[in-house]
Order: sequence, then structure tokens, then C-alpha cells
Amino acid sequence: MKATVTVMLKNGVLDPQGEAVKSALGGLGFYGVNSVRQGKVIELDLAEGTDPAVIDEMCNRLLVNAVIESYQLDIA
Amino acid sequence: MRAAVVVFPGSNCDRDMVEALRQSGADVAKVWHKDAELPTGLDLVAIPGGFSFGDYLRCGAIAAQSPICRAVVDHANRGGYVLGVCNGFQVLSETGLVAGALMRNSGLKFVCKTVGLTVETQDSAFTAGYSQGPEIQVPIAHHDGNYYATDDELRALEDEDRVAFRYSDNPNGSMSSIAGVLSANRRVLGMMPHPERAMDAQMGSADGQALFRALVEQTAQP
Repeated sequence: MKATVTVMLKNGVLDPQGEAVKSALGGLGFYGVNSVRQGKVIELDLAEGTDPAVIDEMCNRLLVNAVIESYQLDIA
Repeated sequence: MRAAVVVFPGSNCDRDMVEALRQSGADVAKVWHKDAELPTGLDLVAIPGGFSFGDYLRCGAIAAQSPICRAVVDHANRGGYVLGVCNGFQVLSETGLVAGALMRNSGLKFVCKTVGLTVETQDSAFTAGYSQGPEIQVPIAHHDGNYYATDDELRALEDEDRVAFRYSDNPNGSMSSIAGVLSANRRVLGMMPHPERAMDAQMGSADGQALFRALVEQTAQP
């Protein structure tokens, strides 16, 4: 089974990389970009039947830093 | 005083840290990240700067899960002293031994220069050797030193006088210009500036000496 973890900075945490990308898009002449947030996607190839609670534990213990990041888990 | 310096793949300030501690009178051993135990009778564990595990995932995140870090957390929970500098601060924040997180510098650039710091509290073994008032000069060299803490964490740090150092001129966007913070029991210090690189006037500054000397004095065996 595949699980996809999308990690984003929490709302309210300034994202300097997103700000830089936004500014670069403006420099290329793309107008109307109100904001850019940059995150990361982690794909996990897991043994069939892995308990989603175990994947949450992976996120909480290693994949995500809850001080600054939030995540969304999608299981296919 | 007995100290150990932890070495991860990618650590690059471990020799400087060993040298700074030895010059200050400590008996120093190096320990490897795969070791599950620290030498017995340790007063201090120092986690040096560098790029442990290539900064993969998040700075310090992989190192914080290494076998030796479980022993470092146990050492801290027993009331032992822990000093984390630069990547060491990032590792400590990932273990939860100090509050907050270190994010990408607000200017997005790696910043490598000597900066002015104010010593915000003398109430710790790390900062007891500094007098209040004049700023000290200590080098920084990092890409991810932008200190972030939740409102509750920040309030606790300020209310409990646990901000150890602040930048005089904020180089990286850190909240409240925070450069170093103490744990609740004041025995764990995480800081981005490198005191081990400020040990002699020939290095540009000797202002790091007072940190290591005070630490060695405070933990001297009776």
C-alpha cells in the first residue's frame, strides 16, 4: 500500500522560501499571485494492511515537526 | 569536569568543541552516534555544529533519532548538562530538550560572520561567567537559524528568564532576536552562535572562553 504525507508549514508560520518563489514569479511577469506556500511530499511504500495509526506515529515521531509543520495523510 | 562530544556523520565542529573544552580544563571524550551509551560519570554532553545526515528531512531531525541521542535525553533527564551549538541546537530542538524550532533564515542566505550578542541571563552554568552589559562577539555560520517558538513557548521562555543570548542585530529573522535558549531546569543550552570559534584573540574574539570556563568551574568535582 502507498501512503502520501503532505507536510506544510502551519498557517501563521512565515515561509521565507514561499515568499522568495512568489517574488520570483512576479519577476517573470506572472501577476496576481497572492501568496506561495512551499511544503514537501513524502511517499511511503508500506506493507499491506499497515495500521493508519502507525503511519500517524511515523509522522509525529520523525516526518513532521509539530512545532512548525502540519501534515495531511492520504492512503491509496 | 568530564565531557563528551557527540559525532554524527556530517559533524564538522567536533574538533573545535573538544579543543575549547580541553583548553578550559575539561576531560573530553568523543562519542559516535551509533553508540547507545555515554561514558559513565559525565557532567556535560556537547553536540557540535555541522550538517548531521546532510540536513536531510529537517536539520537535526535524523540525528535526534540516533541511538546516542536517546542516551543524551536520559542524561538531561537525570539533570546532566547539555550544550548544543548550531546544528547541535537544531538537534536539541528536534529532541524536545529545548523549546522551539530552527527554520530557514528569513533572508534565505547562509550567513557566516561574527555578530554581537547580549547575554540575557547570568542564571545558568553556561552564562554565569559573563557580566551584564557589554555585548560579546561570537561567529555564526548557518542557513537555518531562524528561531521559531509558539506563543506559549515564547511566553514561558521570557517569563522564566530562559533566553540566554539575543542578537544585537537580528541576522536571520529569529523571533525576539533569540540566539540561544535554556531548558526549564537551566542545564540544557541550545545556541546558534559558535562560542568554540571565539576562544582566542587570534580567532577574532575570545568571548567564548567565559562560557566554557564557567561551565567547567560550576561542574568541578568537589
